[in-house]
Amino acid sequence: MSQKLTGAEMVIEALKDNGVEHIFGYPGGAILPIYDALFQQDSLEHILVRHEQGATHMAEGYARSTGKVGVVLVTSGPGATNAVTGLTDALLDSIPLVCITGQVPTPLIGSDAFQECDTVGITRNCTKHNYLVKNINDLARIIHEAFYIASSGRPGPVVIDIPKDVQFALGEYVKPSIQIQHQSYTPRIEGDLSAIEEAVDLMLKAKKPVFYTGGGIINSGPRASELLRELVELSGFPVTSTLMGLGAFPASSNNWLGMLGMHGTYEANMAMHDCDLMLNIGARFDDRITGRIDGFSPNSTKVHVDIDPSSINKIVDADLAIIGDCEHVLEEMVRIWRSKTNAPRAEAIKPWLEKIEEWKSIKSLRYENSEIIIKPQFAIQRLADAVKDHDVYITTEVGQHQMWAAQYFPFEKPNRFMTSGGLGTMGYGLPAAVGVQVAHRDATVIDIAGEASVQMTMQEFSTAVQFKLPIKIFILNNEYMGMVRQWQELLHGSRFAHSYSESLPDFVKLAEAMGGKGVRCEDPAKLDAAIAEMLDYDGPVLFDCRVERLENCLPMIPSGKAHNEMILPDTADIANIIDEEGKKLV
Amino acid sequence: MNPHLRASGSAYFLTKVSKKIERHTLSVLVDNEPGILARIAGLFSARGYNIESLTVSETEHEKGLSRITVVTIASAKTLRQIKLQLERLIPVHKVHDLTAEGNPLERELALVKVAGKGENRVETLRLAEAFRAQVVDASTTSFVFEITGKSSKIAQFISLMVPLGLVEVVRTGLSAISRGPDGM
Repeated sequence: MSQKLTGAEMVIEALKDNGVEHIFGYPGGAILPIYDALFQQDSLEHILVRHEQGATHMAEGYARSTGKVGVVLVTSGPGATNAVTGLTDALLDSIPLVCITGQVPTPLIGSDAFQECDTVGITRNCTKHNYLVKNINDLARIIHEAFYIASSGRPGPVVIDIPKDVQFALGEYVKPSIQIQHQSYTPRIEGDLSAIEEAVDLMLKAKKPVFYTGGGIINSGPRASELLRELVELSGFPVTSTLMGLGAFPASSNNWLGMLGMHGTYEANMAMHDCDLMLNIGARFDDRITGRIDGFSPNSTKVHVDIDPSSINKIVDADLAIIGDCEHVLEEMVRIWRSKTNAPRAEAIKPWLEKIEEWKSIKSLRYENSEIIIKPQFAIQRLADAVKDHDVYITTEVGQHQMWAAQYFPFEKPNRFMTSGGLGTMGYGLPAAVGVQVAHRDATVIDIAGEASVQMTMQEFSTAVQFKLPIKIFILNNEYMGMVRQWQELLHGSRFAHSYSESLPDFVKLAEAMGGKGVRCEDPAKLDAAIAEMLDYDGPVLFDCRVERLENCLPMIPSGKAHNEMILPDTADIANIIDEEGKKLV
Repeated sequence: MNPHLRASGSAYFLTKVSKKIERHTLSVLVDNEPGILARIAGLFSARGYNIESLTVSETEHEKGLSRITVVTIASAKTLRQIKLQLERLIPVHKVHDLTAEGNPLERELALVKVAGKGENRVETLRLAEAFRAQVVDASTTSFVFEITGKSSKIAQFISLMVPLGLVEVVRTGLSAISRGPDGM
């Protein structure tokens, strides 16, 4: 085994040894040796993207739908800088990525060489960790370590910057060790047992409990979602979830309250506000969730389960903190609950469940349908109905359509909803759908999109055509950057500064020009047939769904307000709700 | 307005979180690798924390470890966050809030250049002796003093040198270590 490999060959070996099957990338001068090594093997499939940002979102979609690490391969300079948005997105949503960037040869570093940029400097604050490999003998160890860091603890993106001379250099390849021991990085997996027991005791005493679950459950793996379902069955407690956590708990369950937060349901937000015990499992009290902090769930005892110690007490103080992996903590909760009681708490919390039914009866997701024009909410409901028997994965862009997807598409399983939650990256959904489809060739993969967002990474449709990935891009086309327009209506006297989508392409012709299929629909009566036409086509489809242009995304907690101050769909005048303080917030 | 839109009183009876600002000295044990200082400094600037003073030097060569002493000013809640955020960095081994753990030993070194003639030179030397500042360079018209001690002592010495012909000062920033037999 003492045969020496070049750096480029080592990269391929290390990727294979870390279980990689697909890479999303784009070649260029400083990464050519690795592309040459890639050319001479068959076990790794390379997906050629059209822009490096697309590669990062594809890797995110791939990672989020499989639980594996997404791998990106790009060149130096612009290759690396184009990847920055996706890396930041992955950092904020805790998605495991390994991004390998080419770099100019070591002697040229710092000379402003062609296509040189300070990749580790630029990506230092938008990665979980990053490396510049200056010595060939460090390369294999660093790649193995990068996979370990990306996927363990709170997952995140890791960049490995490899100068071209290191890619050519010869060195000894070392296999990854079974059990990686890192000197200073030791994520805590197992939660403190006495704290978990205390949490169960609180649960057994609670009169108004609610589970507030997040992306941490999904990152923890499918077993965590099963355990959550088990714990909910045992306890009978209601469940709400963040955007990132949708699917961890089935929307068809009676205990499901819908998503919470700025565009969450009335019942979810009221339950959060009025509860006496909040069980935060793998969520981080994001500002889209909490609304006004000093009005956030004022009378509850807060239990916070998170694998990242820095999430605890960052925004909202926890009364009981459990640092550990959701799967482990939930497993212990279930075990301890069973050891303490056999009876569910349904009877004890009956008044609370009745109160929740009362809130549900307000029907905060109601909207006025139309026979003349397609309502965006209706479009998503029809889409959901059409694919209810499919093996379906949904991605979204960012904006109104994203919130409508979260509100109206019922998610039953984890890893089925890919969306940019933390960074809010318009242009995420189309490439993410490509990444998902690469991992799940036979599944139905749909990007619920807006006409503005989708144009940001439109060119990746061509990637889908090239690799025969039959993604469906379902564009809710309202000719506005809808969420921007809504906020202008709320905050800026309906002066719609630059939020109208002028000069829109003809999406049907565009799809055809790129080698896919285009479908257009503007009549609610023809919508089902048009959706069927989209789903029946064996190839990428752009669906131009013309919807009501001025529809607002409601309900909504206006900025600067608390959970119990929601705007409901029948609020006529939304323009005067937000006060001066609220206007300064995002 | 819908009745449910009326703000409930509950939100407004909460006590404001104490925003009392404290000065703390943190000791950070890190891998001595390229970019580590940028990681630490970048974390402080990215998250809006203050750096009052920062010193770094390798302390255990065989293990490739450096100790960073950083003085920051923040509320108790932010101080906890700073410690946790630092611990999140991969090459960081340990973070100790020395101020929170007790009364640490804190020392700083300064080199102070003073130029002057006649009576001022005599007074300068007299004060230097009182402050136990060493003369490390002298010419017929100037001295360079080396002074170590608490930051407040150094600041006081410098202010006394101003009227006597202070030319310039360099300071190392604070180094700190805990008292008693235990290491970090």
